[in-house]
Amino acid sequence: MSLPSAIPALTISSVRQGLLEKKFSARELTEAALAFAEAENPRTNAYLTFSRERALKAAAHVDEEIAKNGFVGALAGVPLGVKDVIVTRDLRTTCGSRMLENYIPPYDATAVFRLEAEGAIVIGKLNCDEFAMGSSNENSAYGPVRNPRALDRVSGGSSGGSAAAVAQGTAVVTLGSDTGGSIRQPASFCGVVGVTPTYGRVSRYGLVAFASSLDHIGPFARNVEDAATVLHAMAGRDELDATSAFAPIDDYHALMKHPVKGLKIGLPAEYFEGLNSGTGSVIEKAINQLRNLGCEIRQIRLPHTKYALSCYYIIATAEASSNLARYDGVRYTRRAESDTLADMYRNTRGEGFGAEVKRRIMLGTYVLSAGYYDAYYKKAQQVRTLIARDFTEAFADIDAILAPVSPFPAFKIGEKVDDPLAMYLSDVYTLTGDLAGVPCMSVPCGESPEGLPIGLQIFARHFDEATMLRIAYNYERATTR
Amino acid sequence: MNLSEKEVRYVADLANLRLTDEEVARMRQDLGHILTHIEQLNELNTRSVEPMAQVLYSADETATLREDVPHKCLTNAEALANAKLSGAGYFKVPRVIER
Repeated sequence: MSLPSAIPALTISSVRQGLLEKKFSARELTEAALAFAEAENPRTNAYLTFSRERALKAAAHVDEEIAKNGFVGALAGVPLGVKDVIVTRDLRTTCGSRMLENYIPPYDATAVFRLEAEGAIVIGKLNCDEFAMGSSNENSAYGPVRNPRALDRVSGGSSGGSAAAVAQGTAVVTLGSDTGGSIRQPASFCGVVGVTPTYGRVSRYGLVAFASSLDHIGPFARNVEDAATVLHAMAGRDELDATSAFAPIDDYHALMKHPVKGLKIGLPAEYFEGLNSGTGSVIEKAINQLRNLGCEIRQIRLPHTKYALSCYYIIATAEASSNLARYDGVRYTRRAESDTLADMYRNTRGEGFGAEVKRRIMLGTYVLSAGYYDAYYKKAQQVRTLIARDFTEAFADIDAILAPVSPFPAFKIGEKVDDPLAMYLSDVYTLTGDLAGVPCMSVPCGESPEGLPIGLQIFARHFDEATMLRIAYNYERATTR
Repeated sequence: MNLSEKEVRYVADLANLRLTDEEVARMRQDLGHILTHIEQLNELNTRSVEPMAQVLYSADETATLREDVPHKCLTNAEALANAKLSGAGYFKVPRVIER
């Protein structure tokens, strides 16, 4: 087996098999994966930093363990890319921002720690919209990530680098984060699997905070099984994140292989209005596939869907304005020298943040300011209750919900940069999942007439990732090859 | 709806954000558009609806408590390592109080 040419086709199980059958060592694989990723990266700009030293050290450890006792962790030797809003000890973490151009975190995120404990090899940090604020990866201070499937188009955002690296084959799996759709939308744009678990399922410790009540860490992979493996390895209570959940973790691999016959699936009418026609017919075909597999499909309503965008942009920006107050020139590397403390704060932030981050800090500060708090922030929190209740009521009668991920496939780079509201609308079908905190994912389900990938979105009940993955796994099996 | 220049400068001040004149002009328009869109929430009567601050799940009242044992934490040097200026174990900033 010639390693470099095989890298884009690797899966977690083929890596494991290769290691155990001594077709290659973890060190050989890591060297080849790094060389391949470095050579391919100029096409898409997915990676911001490569972590050769850390990767080779981890690979040596995996090789030692195999030699010593034949033990391999669930992710032994698997090349992993990490979105650059997730901190990695002694490895630069920029958040796609000038503000943190030279920031070297002193600790690892729990998710990264748990995956490395299972033998994963962190090969680099992935480009993203600045502080995860964006839907196209064009808000990165380090340039946009191009879509590997159509290089003149966006990769989606904010986890654009995480989706592109998996689609391009430069990492087997990656980590991203989702606050309003930032895993599912780029996954759908790049044609890979992306999972946003239940809020609290995966610890947020070490995820640089954007909107704490909405932020999630989740995996990207080329198939459902690999995504499930990564999710399983990092899920579970972490005392370093008070919002991480105690709920038991299901055996995703066993449960997702059960047939889907008899599952009750809802189609929310609100998600099929205003859909681009190419996207609509692909989604319809996918729904029919699942009907043929024995799912019982019925129409449902999620009546407060149209308020999600307004609700989200109040809550997310309010939380962001508070979370990003810490970048004041004192603790986090960048400082604009000034005569007074107040000027130092203002100048540092004025120079360090990009346009979209400033816009959201301003909006968030405005909606929290005296006289507007009840009218905007409290109102949005009440509407969030209504949106979450829509899901609870729907899930009383059904097991899962199917919908498109985005109203349209990947758009051209530059197409929407001048109109923030039009950009926000590309998240209109994904925001609700974060607001309600339910698990949701994107699984590739076909192509638009111009050959661009389209993702099918699956929502399930709180902590029922197993049913969501089961639908995705069965769909994938029925439609590939 | 556009925000006034005065409003934008007031909010920028609250947010400790230095904006250029061009940024202020752009912000008046962009925030205005978004706030106009957000007005639609007023269509909903939410008088008796509880606000949702966090996705909460049921757990025992004491579930989040843990044994009172010390954990390893960052050293002073590690905590200061990313500061532009530090000294004597502290972050240093421009003088705030005149002697």
